[in-house]
Amino acid sequence: MSLSSDDVEKIAHLARLAVDPADTESLSRDLSNILDLVEQMQAVDTDGVLPMAHPLEMSQRLRVDEVTETDKRELYQSNAPLKENGLFLVPKVIE
Amino acid sequence: MSELHDKTLAELSAGLAAREYSSVELTEHYLQRIDDLDGQLNSYVTVTAERALEQAKSADARIASGDAGPLTGIPMAHKDIFCTEGVRTSCGSKMLDNFISPYDATVVTNLGEAGMVMLGKTNMDEFAMGSSNETSYYGAVKNPWNTDCVPGGSSGGSAAAMSARLCAAVTGTDTGGSIRQPAALTGITGLKPTYGRCSRYGMIAFASSLDQAGPMTKTAQDAAMMLAGMAGFDPKDSTSADRPVDDYVAALGQSIAGLKVGVVKEFMENDLDSGIAASTQAVLDQLKKQGAEIVEISLPNAHLSVPAYYVVAPAECSSNLSRFDGVRYGHRCENPKDLEDLYKRSRSEGFGAEVKRRIMIGTYALSAGFYDAYYIKAQKIRELIAEDFQKAFKQCDVIVSPTAPETAFGIGQKTDDPVSMYLQDIYTIAVNLAGLPGMSIPAPLSGGMPVGFQLIGNLFDEARLLNVAHQVQLATDWHKVTPEGF
Amino acid sequence: MAWETVIGLEIHAQLATKSKIFSGSSTAFGAEPNTQANLVDLGMPGVLPVLNKKAVECAVRFGRAIDAHVAERSVFERKNYFYPDLPKGYQISQAELPIVGEGHVEIVLDDGEVKTVGVTRAHLEEDAGKSLHEDFHGATGIDLNRAGTPLLEIVSEPDMRSAKEAVAYAKKIHQIVTYIGICDGNMQEGSFRCDANVSVRPLGQEELGTRAELKNINSFRFLEKAINYEVERQIDLIEDGGRVVQETRLYDANKDETRSMRSKEEANDYRYFPDPDLLPVVIDQAFMDAVAADMPELPDVRRARFQEQYGLSAVDANILTSTRATADYFETVGERSGDAKIAANWVMGELAGALNKEGLEIEQSPVDGEAMAGLLARIKDNTISGKIAKQVFEAMWAGEGSADEVIEAKGLKQITDTGAIEAMVDEVIAANPQQVENYKNADPEKQPKMIGFFVGQIMKKSQGKANPGQVNQLLRKRLS
Repeated sequence: MSLSSDDVEKIAHLARLAVDPADTESLSRDLSNILDLVEQMQAVDTDGVLPMAHPLEMSQRLRVDEVTETDKRELYQSNAPLKENGLFLVPKVIE
Repeated sequence: MSELHDKTLAELSAGLAAREYSSVELTEHYLQRIDDLDGQLNSYVTVTAERALEQAKSADARIASGDAGPLTGIPMAHKDIFCTEGVRTSCGSKMLDNFISPYDATVVTNLGEAGMVMLGKTNMDEFAMGSSNETSYYGAVKNPWNTDCVPGGSSGGSAAAMSARLCAAVTGTDTGGSIRQPAALTGITGLKPTYGRCSRYGMIAFASSLDQAGPMTKTAQDAAMMLAGMAGFDPKDSTSADRPVDDYVAALGQSIAGLKVGVVKEFMENDLDSGIAASTQAVLDQLKKQGAEIVEISLPNAHLSVPAYYVVAPAECSSNLSRFDGVRYGHRCENPKDLEDLYKRSRSEGFGAEVKRRIMIGTYALSAGFYDAYYIKAQKIRELIAEDFQKAFKQCDVIVSPTAPETAFGIGQKTDDPVSMYLQDIYTIAVNLAGLPGMSIPAPLSGGMPVGFQLIGNLFDEARLLNVAHQVQLATDWHKVTPEGF
Repeated sequence: MAWETVIGLEIHAQLATKSKIFSGSSTAFGAEPNTQANLVDLGMPGVLPVLNKKAVECAVRFGRAIDAHVAERSVFERKNYFYPDLPKGYQISQAELPIVGEGHVEIVLDDGEVKTVGVTRAHLEEDAGKSLHEDFHGATGIDLNRAGTPLLEIVSEPDMRSAKEAVAYAKKIHQIVTYIGICDGNMQEGSFRCDANVSVRPLGQEELGTRAELKNINSFRFLEKAINYEVERQIDLIEDGGRVVQETRLYDANKDETRSMRSKEEANDYRYFPDPDLLPVVIDQAFMDAVAADMPELPDVRRARFQEQYGLSAVDANILTSTRATADYFETVGERSGDAKIAANWVMGELAGALNKEGLEIEQSPVDGEAMAGLLARIKDNTISGKIAKQVFEAMWAGEGSADEVIEAKGLKQITDTGAIEAMVDEVIAANPQQVENYKNADPEKQPKMIGFFVGQIMKKSQGKANPGQVNQLLRKRLS
């Protein structure tokens, strides 16, 4: 399965990764090789097989509705690269 | 009289209880070893000397007051994928080089409450993606058996540290073989429990439906003791199994006479390296000697496990790693000019090449038009593989195979060819896809380098795996061989 | 060219749970930024979601209320996209297997016609945080208090054909979710958000036109205006030879127009896949039964009961059940005062008038149901007359206390002492000999009206406190 440079650019954008134009070719080659590996899956017929959602036969546990958290803003924001007045800051977003 | 670091965890535990030495002494001993020797291996990312000594003092107090458990006072290390409060948790990545975790992972809490002493955080492939520990931001880890060779990955730092006895026990994580393969390449024992046996809360996620925490130790007995401390239901993890923890230590002593051991036909075929084949056979012969019956079983879809894995794991990780965006923690680029720039540059600067490759494969596999052909197809293959195992377990009690297709390869040897790197996990991946427990124990050396023998159990059958491994280790010395110079 | 408008609504109702859908953080409104955002809400490395039982119960309740199929097995999926108010880089939502399937509601149009509007599905998901764009030079501030609040997204079929129908539907859903107690319905605080998908097509054409999604609408009034503006915009565009673009448009209430959201113009590939951190939600019969047992009375049922139990007309019953708060208020007053009719009159009359004057909702009334009941009780037991009661109500509204306190303070007790009234009757008769003469000489048909003069005089003399019935009775006796 071959990926074009265009494909690579689109995927990179979806994943918010910047790809150096100099690397696009080798990257698309690497990715195409991986996809060739993956293509082997098509060799087997899986009609009628249910996709495995989870290795264990379990259903979602439900948590009681109660407030268990307290304000720990200072601790939780201790790794924030940029903050002000308790808010995380990002470059201005225009809507 | 052997050195302290030559003792098993079980022996140290008994020694501490008998007051032959203190936890502080042990801790100082290991810290000194790390200082003296880790320069050659690069197995630790962060050493928490001060904290360790404080923990050791507390442990000694507990031992003195009779309030200690089997793990109290034992110096160990955590793979740097486990969040540790107040301590850098890097996940082997530049993205988290500056991240001081505000909380402890449940596994960390569990072992901390058991009184273990944390010496530091071990090196790993970046975000657990790799089979050689060459993708770490902190540089490659060297194999103590041959420092020109890789220790395996992603828990390469843990494996190297354990193999060189720079700790008495260590934690790792395994998504496609990341505990078992490095254990095989460095001559130690490594266990990946059943999916859901250990909590994933606080374990930085790579592939959520595959990741599992597990112990890496000298012996199966040590692994049993560690697992007893690590395992258990966690209400903070929806995928955590709500079932009682077996008494792994008590189960170690059972005889394995009459055990049915299934050898995977597909794994023992022609292109298996002859050295690995011979070592594997030696263990099989030993099992027979101890009364086990060897049967041949088939896993007809096993050859699809690597392709399926390289869809499912990247797909899940591409989503799990979206949170690393430079906004609330982690690496942020300088002077972002707008939001797009913030995201793209922070992420591209923070992530290494392998991580980016996998994010892109995963993004592609989930994207419109490809979801059915890739992601759904891979999940169907997972179902087939799980069914293969269930059929096989009707004919045997444990399934065995080599752990890895080669002994430790040279650093840099496979870095240009991602796919050849992926094939290192050819025997281990199917186990993760099916959620089963798997273990690697040392087999006879091949060409002077360690070889691992893999045992695979049915769901929640860790106790049996540990039992079988322990019985073999009681009767053999393969697990006692240590690397020269360490 | 005759055009037909096609509208579908996507309503996001914030569920009234104490804690968030996947974490134990509080959902209370108005806290300081990021003081109600824990490790899970912040998307820290290594954290995991655990599902809130109450959120599931709310969804199931809603399913039952709209006669919908409730899925025995539903799955959470990840909707992947990057935005600063979305900490994990994905929203946990439901796609292929939602918890609530097809249902329907009935709306009553202006002309009284009843129309059925289909609900395609309703699913659970987590809310995102908030972006604050003002105040920070060149930067946007992110507050994640709201991130993780449980939402029920209710999707209608594109069954509505006018802005008015859309509003009627939105109001109906609003009524239902507040009635069954799963949402407080506060549109100003963002607990109930309506997005409208609007398209037009030539009348008679089966194929749907390209639709635009309208967002940022926080009142029913704006919903109507936004849709009307958009319909006209699309028609004008097409008639001028242009084509409608499928896009998201924001409604600007100040300018009364919709405009394109630049940042969302590119098609987003959300790459939905089942969230591996969560397991399928299985709802068994026991769970459904428990929810059914706990279910508050639905609006239509309550309206019918009001008619039967309290003898109210259909029109009155409809008004009194228009919102759950009104219905609760009315019943409190009715039960406690023991007189449903008088309760109905007062709630629809005096109370409604006072609320409208100040633009208040019944929940904000300074006179609550209990207080009102106390007032009506005093009318019933003749302590005060209906007319005086209005005065008392005004004082209660102004915060002067309970009915009894006001009556006491202002000395408004009705005069019922026969002797006192007789004395006043005699005084008034003595003071107005001409009118007495006129009355006695007048035609019997004219007399009831003329007696009003004397009644008025006595009321004036007694500052309105004389019991009108007794006044009338005694006057007639004296003047005959």
